[in-house]
Amino acid sequence: MKIHEYQGKEILRQFGVPTPRGVACFSVAEAVAAAQQLGGAVWVVKAQIHAGGRGKGGGVKVAKSLDEVRSAAQQILGMHLVTHQTGKDGQVVRRLLIEEGAQISKEFYLGMVIDRGSQRVALLASSEGGMEIEQVAAHSPEKIHTVRIDPADGLGAAEAASAARQIGIPDAAVEGAVTALQGLYRCFVEKDAMLAEINPLVLTADGRVLALDAKFNFDSNALYRHPEIVAYRDLDEEDPAEIEASKFGLSYISLDGDIGCLVNGAGLAMATMDIIKLYGGSPANFLDVGGGADKEKVTEAFKLMLKNPNLRAILVNIFGGIMKCDVIAEGVVAAAREVHLKVPLVVRLEGTNVDLGKKILAESGLPIISGSDMADAAQKVVDAARGA
Amino acid sequence: MSILIDKNTRVMTQGMTGKVGQFHTIHSRAYANGAECFVAGVTPKKGGQRFEGIPIYNSVAEAKAQSGATVSVIYVPPPYAAAAIDEAVEADLDLVICITEGIPVHDMLRTRYKMQGKRTLLIGPNCPGLITPDEIKIGIMPGHIHRKGRIGVVSRSGTLTYEAVGQLTALGLGQSSCVGIGGDPINGLKHLDVMKLFNDDPGTDAVVMVGEIGGTDEEECARWIKHNMNKPVVGFIAGVTAPPGKRMGHAGAIISGGQGGADTKLAVMEECGIHVTRNPAEMGRVMQRVLKGS
Repeated sequence: MKIHEYQGKEILRQFGVPTPRGVACFSVAEAVAAAQQLGGAVWVVKAQIHAGGRGKGGGVKVAKSLDEVRSAAQQILGMHLVTHQTGKDGQVVRRLLIEEGAQISKEFYLGMVIDRGSQRVALLASSEGGMEIEQVAAHSPEKIHTVRIDPADGLGAAEAASAARQIGIPDAAVEGAVTALQGLYRCFVEKDAMLAEINPLVLTADGRVLALDAKFNFDSNALYRHPEIVAYRDLDEEDPAEIEASKFGLSYISLDGDIGCLVNGAGLAMATMDIIKLYGGSPANFLDVGGGADKEKVTEAFKLMLKNPNLRAILVNIFGGIMKCDVIAEGVVAAAREVHLKVPLVVRLEGTNVDLGKKILAESGLPIISGSDMADAAQKVVDAARGA
Repeated sequence: MSILIDKNTRVMTQGMTGKVGQFHTIHSRAYANGAECFVAGVTPKKGGQRFEGIPIYNSVAEAKAQSGATVSVIYVPPPYAAAAIDEAVEADLDLVICITEGIPVHDMLRTRYKMQGKRTLLIGPNCPGLITPDEIKIGIMPGHIHRKGRIGVVSRSGTLTYEAVGQLTALGLGQSSCVGIGGDPINGLKHLDVMKLFNDDPGTDAVVMVGEIGGTDEEECARWIKHNMNKPVVGFIAGVTAPPGKRMGHAGAIISGGQGGADTKLAVMEECGIHVTRNPAEMGRVMQRVLKGS
């Protein structure tokens, strides 16, 4: 689960990581009032959306008067902010962060991830602040300093100081950097984060270390023990179809093709998308109905897929294990009737009670196209989507 | 022959009295030699009771001492599952198979750390389990699609493993053992560990390796295969069409930081001599061709 920058900074402050003072705002009037309240002569007006790359897209502006704060807030609030992470339609900006300006003398990068190879939390630090870390990794990997953190000892002060020096933080500021690094690590572990990024971490003109940005992604499997993180959820930032799916225990991701896929199991669902592509079609979604799909789940899955105006055909691919093919077939028939299905439907069933399942589909009187195996079903659904 | 488990393996079930544990214990016991294999259950505070005639113990250590079981399968709910693995490792079992999906990743980091220097092997979590056809099934896979034979199967996914097995069986190619290693980023045995076991197993002639997007485990396994494997390997990777940054169901199935894309994995596997197919419907037929050619 992702959160906004201002929320991430609230969490960082709780763990002693210094950030600029700032106020979250939902209107232009609030933005101006916030700038007044913060005082000073320079403010930064920052669009709050979950995607990165906001600055390049015009979502971050420096203001040197209250009038400039007002005009920046007017421009940014409500805009469709397009970044490399939003897709071509962009994301509507509904929230702003008004922050006191900082005099930056140097920018750094800090990241924290779950490192699968070492099975530890890894700290990534780089002198190349403000850049996309993927670019740095591709072009100058020697500039990324990695510390794989021992879970028993945590991030030690000596280790943190060494990392800070490696990326070029001057001696006078190392102590502040150690506080920031150790705070980030404690926060990462205690809040069950999967990814954290402070990009940039800056050294100010007066020698302080400050987190100018904060990006977090939390483990959705651990949210049951973090109501305070759940409270940060912003449904405006999520795909409505994915939110609806999660209510019914379905795992759904919207894609830009025209063939809906309903599959049991994540691996098979990905493979189904792949084979559609291989046969010349384009999948409209990833949809895993999980292991215990019943009639209700299947019906909801159909409704979700049908909300997509681009949908031209549906492929149901089920390998029944615990889930019996006859139960799925009954669900498919009931769902197709309930939603008055207008697009072609191809069904491939395999596994437990497959013959009974196929019989139910055949006797339903519905124009269901049967696929004998994955390849046959993929070919048939691609043809159907083309109107062949 | 087989890897990891056979008809003589004795198994305890952690979380046997929950709904899921009950369901799969009944099915696993009904498969092949299951009635002899599943000898104990563990549920704290329910020691002394029985489920379907199987004695329940309060702890893993007690179950091991009383029943002789050296392998455990875990159906414990996610918030308690990592502690269940810890308990099995502390009791010095040979093998722990954790079926539970949805364990917090930081819990698994701590559990993996505690496993350092211990001899217990872990499969999973978030996996279908493993099976040696006609001998023993530990997990949630449908037993009837398998057939005894000489092909090994290793995969990160559940139903996609069944797909591979179903194709092999339909072509008359039986399996020595099939191992689902699970879809989480932090887990036990990796493709590489299972591949080594298959390489050393005289009962395995060839291996189907099914991977998916996320991480670099398949690449590491492929590089090992290039220099060490003396049996043919057929490979497929799911997720060529998956967009970066989106988690495709499994916690581990995500392309992030420029790593874990399916095309890269397929290219490395091909370069390392694995018989790669981009068509998930062709895994069985590719294996058939490879066996005829060799």
